[in-house]
Amino acid sequence: MTISRNARFLLATLLGIGLAFIYIPLTVVVINSFNSSRTFSWPPTELTTKWWGMALDNTGVRDALKWSIIAGLSATFIALLLGTALAFAVSRYDFFGKDVISLLVVLPISLPGVVTGIALNNAFTKQLGMSTGLLTVVIGHATFCIVVVYNNAVARLRRMGTSLQEASMDLGANGITTFRLITLPNMASALFAGGLLAFGLSFDEIVVTTFTAGPGIQTLPIWIYNNLFRPNQTPIVNVVAATLVFISIVPIYLSQKLSTDSSSGGRF
Amino acid sequence: MSAAVVVSIRSLKRSFGDVRAVDGVDLDIREGEFLTLLGPSGSGKTTVLRMIAGFEKPDSGTITLAGKDVSQLPPYERDVNTVFQDYALFPHMNVLANIEYGLRVKGVSKEDRRKQALIALKQIRLEGYENRKPAELSGGQRQRVALARALVNKPSVLLLDEPLGALDLKLREQMQIELKALQREVGITFIFVTHDQEEALTMSDRIAVFNHGKIEQLGTPREIYENPKSEFVSEFVGQTNRIEIDGKKINIRPEYIAVSSSSSTGDRSVKGTLRDEIFVGSATRYLFDTEAGFSMISTQLNKNLKIGDVVTLSWPREKEFLVQ
Repeated sequence: MTISRNARFLLATLLGIGLAFIYIPLTVVVINSFNSSRTFSWPPTELTTKWWGMALDNTGVRDALKWSIIAGLSATFIALLLGTALAFAVSRYDFFGKDVISLLVVLPISLPGVVTGIALNNAFTKQLGMSTGLLTVVIGHATFCIVVVYNNAVARLRRMGTSLQEASMDLGANGITTFRLITLPNMASALFAGGLLAFGLSFDEIVVTTFTAGPGIQTLPIWIYNNLFRPNQTPIVNVVAATLVFISIVPIYLSQKLSTDSSSGGRF
Repeated sequence: MSAAVVVSIRSLKRSFGDVRAVDGVDLDIREGEFLTLLGPSGSGKTTVLRMIAGFEKPDSGTITLAGKDVSQLPPYERDVNTVFQDYALFPHMNVLANIEYGLRVKGVSKEDRRKQALIALKQIRLEGYENRKPAELSGGQRQRVALARALVNKPSVLLLDEPLGALDLKLREQMQIELKALQREVGITFIFVTHDQEEALTMSDRIAVFNHGKIEQLGTPREIYENPKSEFVSEFVGQTNRIEIDGKKINIRPEYIAVSSSSSTGDRSVKGTLRDEIFVGSATRYLFDTEAGFSMISTQLNKNLKIGDVVTLSWPREKEFLVQ
């Protein structure tokens, strides 16, 4: 496709503005986490790592980081198990209501977090009589983490086709051996990418977390939200925010790289 | 040939929804023979192969393998191996691991299976390629690895599902010869599925011609070509002129029709005018309108004819055949 010079210029400008809107504020946050001025005068006159040191020493931050990692890993683990199983059921077997199930699994990612959060909170506390805590956060996060694992797994299974499994069984391997030696190794990169995305989603989630966490647990995003308007905490908030940005970028980058790298190695 | 029957198929049926893919097939396959299931796509040949392998279960009928009814057994409990159309090599394993796979899952010791895999690798002339991944091989090499991966298990029957379909013409012709030689060497029964009639005629000991889920004719390549039992077989295998003489419908292959400018040279003859010619390299197909009203094709070494030339077409009567 060829586009005229003017159109190209216009598109480049719009792209630039769009990217600037997203990334300039993020960059400011990251730079400010090193800004030595307590009032964050701009541009920074001097850079320092003292806020980072303070954040590391802050027990509130350390606890929040711990809870975020535990919740993220647990939700990812559940999502990997259930998402893979669902992907298998939907792409390898025919059963009544298959399309509906496939839609229902994917739906939570597009549902408003507020609705999911309130509904889950209601179900946990009113219907099931559970108290909110780590378990409810993990279940809440798993609802949308499953989606990315499921989507990745379904796409990979579709591309793999059934002939590798047939070849394995033809050569004498039963279903379990075939899964272990053939199917799983060929899905591993897709599942790893899905797991990374799931962890990234869980790590910076705030809405569902608010409704499912209860008073005992603070994840990093909730800690930021609670401390945002306390002026003396602002330097640490910047540090935590910068950390969140980095931790969220890495999984996305890796999973994108994995998906493109493995796209050529599927079938023959 | 009176070798023992190794695969015996009786009243085999299989439907997919409303489509009767396989509609009552009976077939005995002898030990050590090269049998081809030939037919257009959708004729049921591949479904029969997949039922022998165990990937599909028959709706009714039986498949007996070396005297044992295997109709309901899963693929991994049958002593057959398959070469797939897309090869289905395991992309995450190197060539050697691919070939060893069958022995590995059967619990053969590491040393033994390595030794056998290396012999198989030598057989397909790919020594030195053991550490390559399938993605690093050419189409022909993948094909050979797929063959070795199946044959190393020494199955009593090897199933081949259009294995040459993805190769270019030159390589395909070369592989046809190699495959036939390999089959003679290992002495294993080959059941070969193809829609390519030339391939079937070249390689097979016997051919089963499939149409609409049934076997239309079973016989040696020569029987199938020279004495087709039905209109479908005569059309599908080679070209044929279907004409009516003295109220009788007869068929005659184009290569038996001689063209001469003077008198006739066979015991049947008719005058014809050249309407068109199709050059196919080694020969030319000439299309004539005859004075009897029908048109005829004659395949000849390239002749010096011009459109509109009037000639005599003649052929020996014994080469004619009747079909139902």
